[in-house]
Amino acid sequence: MNLEAISPAAPPLGHKIASSRLWRDRIFRSILLLSIAVALLTLFTLLIDTFLEGRPRLNGALLENMPSGRPARAGLQSAIFGSLWLVGITSLVSLPLGVGTAIFLEEYAPKNSRYIRLIELNIQNMAGVPSVVFGILGLAFIARGPLSWGFTVRTGAMVLTILVLPLVIIASREAIRAVPPSIRDGSLALGATQWQTIWRQVLPAAVPGIATGSILSASRALGESAPLLLLGALSFVTFNPTSLDSGYTVLPLLIFKYASDAKAEFHVVAAAAIIVLLVVLLAMNATAILVRNRFQKRL
Amino acid sequence: MASESLAPSGQLLRQRRIELIVRSSLSVVGLVSVVVTIAIVASLLLPTLEFFSEISIAEFFTSKVWAPLFNPPRFGVLPLVTGTFLVMSVAVILAVPCGLGAAFYLSEYASPRLRKVVKPVLEVLAGIPTVVLGFFALNFVNPQVVQKFWPIGDVGTFSALSAGLVVGVAILPLMASLAEDAMSAVPNSLRDGALALGATRREVCTGVIFPAALSGIVAAVVLAFSRAIGETTIALMAAGSNPRFTLNPGNGVQTMASFIGFAGIGDQPTGSTGYKTIFAVGSLLFIITFLLNILSIRVVRRFREAYE
Amino acid sequence: MTESMTTQDPRGGVEIRTAIAQPPPPPDPDAEPVFRARNLGVKYGDKPAVHKVTADFSRNQITALIGPSGCGKSTLIRCFNRMNDLIPGATILGEVLYHGENLYGPDVDAVEVRRRVGMVFQKPNPFPKSIYDNIAFGLKVNGIKDNVDHRVETALKGAVLWDEVKTDLKKSALALSGGQQQRLCIARALAVEPDVILMDEPASALDPVATAGIEELMQGLKEEYTILIVTHNMQQAARCSDMTAFLTVEVNEKTGDRTGILVEYAPTATIFTVPKDPRTEAYITGRFG
Repeated sequence: MNLEAISPAAPPLGHKIASSRLWRDRIFRSILLLSIAVALLTLFTLLIDTFLEGRPRLNGALLENMPSGRPARAGLQSAIFGSLWLVGITSLVSLPLGVGTAIFLEEYAPKNSRYIRLIELNIQNMAGVPSVVFGILGLAFIARGPLSWGFTVRTGAMVLTILVLPLVIIASREAIRAVPPSIRDGSLALGATQWQTIWRQVLPAAVPGIATGSILSASRALGESAPLLLLGALSFVTFNPTSLDSGYTVLPLLIFKYASDAKAEFHVVAAAAIIVLLVVLLAMNATAILVRNRFQKRL
Repeated sequence: MASESLAPSGQLLRQRRIELIVRSSLSVVGLVSVVVTIAIVASLLLPTLEFFSEISIAEFFTSKVWAPLFNPPRFGVLPLVTGTFLVMSVAVILAVPCGLGAAFYLSEYASPRLRKVVKPVLEVLAGIPTVVLGFFALNFVNPQVVQKFWPIGDVGTFSALSAGLVVGVAILPLMASLAEDAMSAVPNSLRDGALALGATRREVCTGVIFPAALSGIVAAVVLAFSRAIGETTIALMAAGSNPRFTLNPGNGVQTMASFIGFAGIGDQPTGSTGYKTIFAVGSLLFIITFLLNILSIRVVRRFREAYE
Repeated sequence: MTESMTTQDPRGGVEIRTAIAQPPPPPDPDAEPVFRARNLGVKYGDKPAVHKVTADFSRNQITALIGPSGCGKSTLIRCFNRMNDLIPGATILGEVLYHGENLYGPDVDAVEVRRRVGMVFQKPNPFPKSIYDNIAFGLKVNGIKDNVDHRVETALKGAVLWDEVKTDLKKSALALSGGQQQRLCIARALAVEPDVILMDEPASALDPVATAGIEELMQGLKEEYTILIVTHNMQQAARCSDMTAFLTVEVNEKTGDRTGILVEYAPTATIFTVPKDPRTEAYITGRFG
């Protein structure tokens, strides 16, 4: 057998690969880095530009004053309280609903049922619906229509709950699924019922993951603007909500109002308000990540 | 010692009752999501049907003038569609390549240190509210980028381009993270096999990883389209409220989503034609995004089956 | 009971008592059967996993189930505390009587069964709670509210763990060593005062020192409880058990299904010295499995 006839002459080991091939590799890698640079650059530009613009107005008066027609006196108080009310109620309602649905789907629902697959598909779909559509739903059925709750805190909270619910469900399901089956077996082998096992072993172990999920969905609710546009939250509100039936406004919409105003001085107020909003969101997300990291160490 | 008879104790009977109550309550709770979806469809359906009983479908889908709140009102939805298309295209042209590029880098090249920096940055970007991004588009991107560099025609306060660029930035993290998930699911044995044959990193990316992760990547792209189409606030703030039938992204436009937001602010009286247009356009928007979402879920399911 | 010699563990601290090879005394033929299995079988879907096991398991004895991998020992043992009920698609065939009552009777609640028949798993599975709470959990779910502290102490003493942990019961159970965790799981099972303890290869995840601890513990527990133990380790079965059941795998030539069957069930001394079935002999002499 002539070996040379089988394998073509291979270049000696020290030979470098073709320089064009090497260059294509380098260009490729640079393009990839460029993609990351776009994201980083945009984020930093946004943060720096907003900070520079809004900094002059960052003071206690900003938080204490109510919105006003005069830019020099305009503040955020009603929006801050409105957001607190809305996000608070949304979290309060979405948490038991979301965790309950997650428990049902993970622990009690038969795995092969078509009915259950439909529910799961549904939840995934809801997570992808544009948020403004939830505003339409709220307008048709909740603010007006059968429930007719008007443009109140109650309506806004209900719409946000519906919007945020798929996120809570998905996060809770993952947290419950992460609890090892050996814990469940150990509990059942001691004579516990399924619910006792869930309530006393599975849920406590899943709490960090559920907490992370709910903090993240609360921060999502805090930043929402589109659905609330249709629910009257853009109105000029200079009072804090006093009950579920109050009118209200929220921080993102006040930002929208100030940013869209013809007077350029209001844009500065908008920028300052953005800083406030971003700081709060950053704090919330950092907390969620902290909780998640501590959770990963335990199990 | 426990008694040797197997009859259930009083304690167990009590627990069983509790279990039954819990189980029934939870199954009711599970229905909430189904009820909500039905409600969305129902809320859109009736007013839409009423709308089309008054306005001809032909005019809706073919006329190039959208002026529903004027006198006399005109109901051609095409300007909204082209507006949506413009913003969506710019966004996708930015987000898909950059998102893929970022995903490739994170998945195949990045050191753990770089990952620790870049991933949180992407998460932060994903968490920025759309109103903040809209402000950025209106206040910075339009004057400093679009007005200075867009060659075609005059660029005013609003432009589809500024909105599109910022929507692209908004969906970039989603694209990157979904694509990266798809790439991580590719088994290492494939990478090792290619590298052992003498392939360069780039060749592994384009020749092995990309085809293997294709379904997941396609699903991510479809989802990116869906998100770009449905984005309301950025379009409303940066692209304006003028439903201009144009293909030049330097012009201000109105998208389907931003029209809904715009009309909603205006507090249309229930039952008025203006009110019903919200639902007609909303139905169109919902159907488009719903179909895209189903497509993406289907692709992902086929993708998962390949590896499980 | 058995003659033993004491050696010091060279790593310090623990005394190991190694049983000197002496056949255990023959089991009491008048002992009352706790479980009577009649043609007991398990199917997963269509595939038979265990086929027609008939045997009596008597009170205050240790019965070892031995056999090659895949012969259904774990599946079989899980029939006795109805843990197979939790596996979707699993069907139980035949009959199991517990003190004369049908374990799978229509009025019997599986949860009640598990109160009386405890289980220790192959891999120690302590709850992510404190040592105290691990033991107290079983008491809580079974509605035992009195004297909890005392019961916890008793359970830990019964599992020979009390002296090692009594100074800090609030410590996390996950901080214990593997052997300690397994003894904690045993203590957990003891706390609810079962009648029978099922052990599914309790020592296979442990080092030899910890294993010896578990084996010694079992001998002590036998006086109050009935123990069924699945083990891969023939020497362990020979050392510790009163009765031994040997199972093996039968392969269905047509379908390729692997099913476990009971080959021989006799006092341990008999099985290991004069086995009746050639398959038993082949297994214990190491010619297969």
